[in-house]
Amino acid sequence: MDGYEFTLSGADLQARGSGALYWPARNLLCVSDLHLGKSERLARRGGATLPPYETHDTLSRLDAELAATEAQTVVCLGDTFDDRDAADALSDQEKLWISRLQAGRRWVWIEGNHDPGPVDLGGTHLAELPLNPLVFRHIAQVSQAGDISGHYHPKARLSTKGRSITRPCFLIDGDRVIMPAFGTYTGGLHSHDTVLSDLMREEAIAVLTGPFPAPIPMPR
Amino acid sequence: MTALPSPLSDWFDARGWSAHPHQLEMLARADEPALLLIAPTGGGKTLAGFLPTLSELASEPHKGLHTLYISPLKALASDIKRNLRTPVDEMGLPIRIDDRTGDTTATRKKAQRVDPPHILLTTPESLALLTSYPDAPHIFKGLQRVIVDEIHALAESKRGDQLFLALSRLQTLAPGLRRVGLSATVDRPDDIAGLLACHPDPCAVICADPGPAPDIAMLDTAEAPPWSGGGAAYAIPAVLEQVKAHKTTLIFHNTRAQAEIFFHNLWLANEDGLPIGIHHGSLDRAQREKVEAAMVRGDLRAIVCTGSLDLGLDWGDVDLVIQVGAPKNVKRLVQRIGRANHRYNAPSKALLVPANRFEVIECHAALAAARENDLDGDPRGSGPLDVLCQHILIAACSGPFTDDKLFSEIVSAGPYVTLSRDTFDACLDFVATGGYAFRTYDRWQRLQERNGAWQLRDPRAAARIRMNIGTIQDADLLKVRMRGRGPALGEVEEAFAASLSQGDTFLIGGKIVRYEGLKEMTVEVSRDKGRKPKLAVFSGTKFATSTQLSQRVLRMFKQRDWPELPDHTREWLHLQTRVSSLPQPGRLLVESFPHDGREHICVYGFAGKNAQQTLGLLLTKRMEEMGLAPLGFVATDYATLIWGLDPIDDAAPLFDLARLRDGLDGWLAGNAVMKRTFRGVATIAGLIERNMPGQRKTGRQATFSSDILYETLLKYDADHLLMQVTRTEAMRGLVDFARIEDMARRVHGRIETTRLDRVTPLAAPLFLEVGKVPVQGEAEERLLKQETERLMQAAGLARPDPHL
Repeated sequence: MDGYEFTLSGADLQARGSGALYWPARNLLCVSDLHLGKSERLARRGGATLPPYETHDTLSRLDAELAATEAQTVVCLGDTFDDRDAADALSDQEKLWISRLQAGRRWVWIEGNHDPGPVDLGGTHLAELPLNPLVFRHIAQVSQAGDISGHYHPKARLSTKGRSITRPCFLIDGDRVIMPAFGTYTGGLHSHDTVLSDLMREEAIAVLTGPFPAPIPMPR
Repeated sequence: MTALPSPLSDWFDARGWSAHPHQLEMLARADEPALLLIAPTGGGKTLAGFLPTLSELASEPHKGLHTLYISPLKALASDIKRNLRTPVDEMGLPIRIDDRTGDTTATRKKAQRVDPPHILLTTPESLALLTSYPDAPHIFKGLQRVIVDEIHALAESKRGDQLFLALSRLQTLAPGLRRVGLSATVDRPDDIAGLLACHPDPCAVICADPGPAPDIAMLDTAEAPPWSGGGAAYAIPAVLEQVKAHKTTLIFHNTRAQAEIFFHNLWLANEDGLPIGIHHGSLDRAQREKVEAAMVRGDLRAIVCTGSLDLGLDWGDVDLVIQVGAPKNVKRLVQRIGRANHRYNAPSKALLVPANRFEVIECHAALAAARENDLDGDPRGSGPLDVLCQHILIAACSGPFTDDKLFSEIVSAGPYVTLSRDTFDACLDFVATGGYAFRTYDRWQRLQERNGAWQLRDPRAAARIRMNIGTIQDADLLKVRMRGRGPALGEVEEAFAASLSQGDTFLIGGKIVRYEGLKEMTVEVSRDKGRKPKLAVFSGTKFATSTQLSQRVLRMFKQRDWPELPDHTREWLHLQTRVSSLPQPGRLLVESFPHDGREHICVYGFAGKNAQQTLGLLLTKRMEEMGLAPLGFVATDYATLIWGLDPIDDAAPLFDLARLRDGLDGWLAGNAVMKRTFRGVATIAGLIERNMPGQRKTGRQATFSSDILYETLLKYDADHLLMQVTRTEAMRGLVDFARIEDMARRVHGRIETTRLDRVTPLAAPLFLEVGKVPVQGEAEERLLKQETERLMQAAGLARPDPHL
């Protein structure tokens, strides 16, 4: 099983172990919060200097997901770049790589809080993407249904037999999906944080990423 | 034999003292480039080290620094200063003495650099810092002698490696420098001499008369020790009896937590109100000093302590040493015993108190080894490269250097004699650029070559480098303080602090305190009288038992009965033989049993902790390949305990050595042990800076970035210098595959799996071991699957799996 299958507002979706969301009917792959160039930005701002390989790593995993699903539409759900300068600072090789991934596909950059404004990388730049019955946007809107968003990078913890396991996760209820971050070097917000508890309905589930994505009642 | 020069001889005569032969020999051979003195505690080692200095300074005035004294302990430096002051004043010698440690004020430190005293007492870290200043040539110009005290304690650690590198630097600044090392009894004096020497010059060894054999025995107790645990509470009444019967007793423990618990229990039982103090490395300095002063005055009847008193503070009249817990290492036991009775030529008296039944056996083995003076120790490999990288940074702080000169200086240092030029160049490249993976960052472009000399690219970087000098790695400590600007009580490990919630109580300095909260990296507590403390689980140093002792224990298991052991322990061993069997030298015993909802195997390899740990790594890897879902393991010197989801009826197929070795590197690479090693290496080599101007990183922050660094380097730059160092270090210290092969040869396929329905007497203590290593693999996915299904069902959310 490649992913956990569920239905939102009548659309059949698959939460994949990689943290990507796949919509077979539209042959659409959605990834959120890639935060490309994070190490470069941290170093630029005088923080920790991490080896600058996370862009390579994130693109490799995205490449693999595209190969596995053969998706025709790709939606990057915001915070694709850690900031505007990080997008400009991508190496020529990395820009070429993105172009190669874009070739023959519809490619949508959704605007995030880290990366407002269009980037010089082809594709379409949108504040949000309505695709009936769903709406793709960076930050969840409380009153909306069929809402697919990222931004919070939820993660969930599970304790069993003396082992505590924490994984990035999808949060899913009848109204919305909050996606985990797809980027390397991205942290997460615990599902029991009040921001997420308030946003999600009582019966919400969390789908933990990993080789066998599986649902649990959302830990609160 | 040289006679003492006056006024030294006059001073000795006035007291009716005469110098020991080894003291006179040190004086006679004072001009040799390096000397190592091996003498038992109480043998006048320190005076032997200083006699030539006093003699030279008495006969000829000297300008500036004459002698540098280095001790592994700050406290020792100030203690020696006091002790040296007395004879110098009484002889009326015009000698200025001062100490310089982390505790010395900035003003005094500055004055010392401008106008150095004749004798400076310091620590390896403070010395490294001194050599990093641009005025180091001025400070050390006239230096004549270096005395390294308690050199055996430094020879086993990176602190020593750093010190010997610093000495090579000093030798360049003061070419006439002579070196003296002072050591307690050790197994291989020549190895230490080799470290101290300025190669290719020799270092002679002088051995003092070892004095009479110590008087050691087991403590008789009315109650039997428990099956497991480390508290030794059962022995409290017997220990109190001994304290009453002696003038001053030192009660040694292996860990700070054990010392705290024991001290607490001792006070509860101390109905006569005997003055008893506690001393360990987690306590606040002021508190420790108070205890030390009381001890010197003879005000205390006993001190509960840890390794913090291993080294020779000049106590008053200690006439008994009690070691609680198995001594783990014969050499340390002998040195601790020496703490009793500072009068040379009188036997030291010591008692051993095992904390549990297995330790009864260990104590007997150690006792036999100590009586036979069969000391243990493993040779150390060549000097570690992370320390070398730090040394290069320190050199750059002091001023421009040429690579050729620095290299020839470094290979004169004992630990680095065999260093190749290529390796040195690789270290220099790392320091200069950060190495391949970090080249793109400005911050790691730290050195540049200008006019043939290497120097800091940005001289302001020197301040940051100086803030991170040192090789001590147990720095994840948080201060504990009474709430509301109360006094500092001591320090606890960050992980322990993180486990506390408000209202929890714990022991520190013998006091029960209540955890109130964390404020600006300080643990705030309030007084909490009368409540039962939550266990004091902060750990302190943990010793590993020497292989030599392990083998002695294994030999004892060959006996059919143990008349030399107390009844309770005999019965325990007989019980083990009845329900299972005892490990034997010629075969490998594996016990398999369920416990607490998980399946376990216990492998009694007796190969030493490092090898048993590696065995844990390799066996869990095999189990993972065979679909046996291991979850984790823990290793001691004797055994490896592995837990997982599936029972194992026959362990023999796990022990296919060829397969075990196959893929060893890959498996090791992803392991928590390697990450831990990498963290230390990256910190010492300067890639992770714990201290930055105006802030200090918490251990958790440092771990977070070091884990990401490790994983990224593993993936993209696996040959990075620091990855090589990590592998070497792990192979040397933690892996010990050779010893597993030895064990396999000894066992020769005789692997016996005993399937049991519960934990055995011998396996029980392993459940209390610290340092459990989790295994990330299929078991985690299986656990996750089981638990997710259970949770969904419990929540009424389960639905049939469409794919079944």
